Amino acid sequence: MSEFALETRNQLVGLFGIVERNVYLTKRYFLWDLAFMVWTIANTLTIVFIARAANLAPARENTLATILLVGAVIWAFLGIIFEFMTETVAWERWEGTIEYTFMAPLSRLVHLFGQGAFAVLYGLIRATILFFAVAAFIGIHAPAANYGAAFALLAIASLSFIGVGIMTSVLPLISPEKGAQLGFVCQGVMLVVSGVYYPVKVMPEWMQWIAKISPATYVLRGDRASIVYGYGLAWADVWPLLIIAVLATPLGLAVFRVGERHAKKHGKLKRSG
Amino acid sequence: MSSLAASTTDFASCLDRQVPAVEVRDLRKTFNRKDRKAGRFARKRAWPALADVTCTIARGECVAILGQNGSGKSTLVRLLSTLLIGDGGEARVFGHDVNREASTIRRLVNRVSVEASFFKKMSAAENLSYAARFYGMTPRQTRVAVPEILAKVGFPPERRGESMEHLSRGMQQKVALARALLTSPALLLLDEPTTGLDPRSKLEVQEFIREVRAEHDATILLCTHDMGEAETLADRVGILDRGRLLFLEPVADVKRRFGVQTLEQAFLAATGREFENEQSDEDDEYREVFA
Repeated sequence: MSEFALETRNQLVGLFGIVERNVYLTKRYFLWDLAFMVWTIANTLTIVFIARAANLAPARENTLATILLVGAVIWAFLGIIFEFMTETVAWERWEGTIEYTFMAPLSRLVHLFGQGAFAVLYGLIRATILFFAVAAFIGIHAPAANYGAAFALLAIASLSFIGVGIMTSVLPLISPEKGAQLGFVCQGVMLVVSGVYYPVKVMPEWMQWIAKISPATYVLRGDRASIVYGYGLAWADVWPLLIIAVLATPLGLAVFRVGERHAKKHGKLKRSG
Repeated sequence: MSSLAASTTDFASCLDRQVPAVEVRDLRKTFNRKDRKAGRFARKRAWPALADVTCTIARGECVAILGQNGSGKSTLVRLLSTLLIGDGGEARVFGHDVNREASTIRRLVNRVSVEASFFKKMSAAENLSYAARFYGMTPRQTRVAVPEILAKVGFPPERRGESMEHLSRGMQQKVALARALLTSPALLLLDEPTTGLDPRSKLEVQEFIREVRAEHDATILLCTHDMGEAETLADRVGILDRGRLLFLEPVADVKRRFGVQTLEQAFLAATGREFENEQSDEDDEYREVFA
């Protein structure tokens, strides 16, 4: 086996290791996950019930409820990705394993991408359960829904979310105490400007400009069109997501490298907690 | 274990037998930390963790670095394992520069630290498999290698599936040793591997280190404040005092040089201070990590 082939093989095994570890941890924390799922469903219901209170005709109420549900599900999905990415460093620092991971011959891209890959898989499962649980509870009808297109767009958007997530995962490296919270600030800001429960056009113009560079804008727009009106994948939603993914991943990695170097210069990889 | 090394990484391209395992020249590292006694808003001041440390460790040698808490031992280990970037000087592992060739060094080095750090909810077997994946070991390989290495460190087979949080400190430290050896490192960095262990566990771990040396072509850097441990395990002993390496010689030469019977007396002769009266490690915790 050539050196390149051996190295590629080893990196793929390492990527599998990251996913496998998260599977072990998810199994161990199953009851906690279940409780979190119930909390997320309850939280989503509080949002979707707003449609019932709007006193609209049944068809329009159903549309509004679906629009709100899509927003809440994307919020939950993005929350999982950001949590996993931002906590990549924080969890390992807490457990004390961070130094072992950072001294291992695993490329940082593979390390972070492995974490992102698990987050996407886990997030997709949770988002699917959340969508159908709340839709069943409220009695939402989506006869025209094109779930395949909605799912595909979410998968494409995941690449962009991982790229942005890599950028936020550096925060706990720079600030062990406040970094994780800053990651959640980024998640909140991204959704606010992306029209999570309202159209982007109702925001001030400067926020609409920021919305253009947020991947959440395109996935919210595209998934609503697919689920409410049954549209297929729209190239107008796909190409911005692909461009953001292509730019965000190397940029995120470069940002992470700068943060890692800073942490190594100042001894911030050390265990805390 | 040697078969594992062959299956995971081709070390031949990384190792030159003529090159020393470790070469350190004028290595410096300074941390900024707050003086707690000066109050909450006190300015940080520079604290030299390593000051112009120079030493060489030959391939296959076991070298012990003695020093009290805060003397710079862990900083040296972290620099050699690419977890810290030095402020000056040079450090090479098997001829590879720790800053410029970090990825090559990471395939050659593993470490056991004073805290046996694991995912506490995961079992010993799961933690070892996870660590092994980073070194290219597949599930098929670890299914054989993990029970094998755990048996070697005397870990009870019936407890392999138990969460780490339910294991005693001694057991956890054995798993930590197993983790380091699972990847067949050419350089093993042991940072206080027996600190806090009961006497029996301590002897077992020391015996295992001897076995590793005898059976495995590994170079060992042992950082400890246990002088007896250093004397029994190491070919040469050095004292690191407040970031300065005072000497690095065979124990007999150290005793002869200072005209003393024990290493404690040698420390007193070299520094003018009692070994036990050094500062607490708590000070070390107040580096920028918590800033």
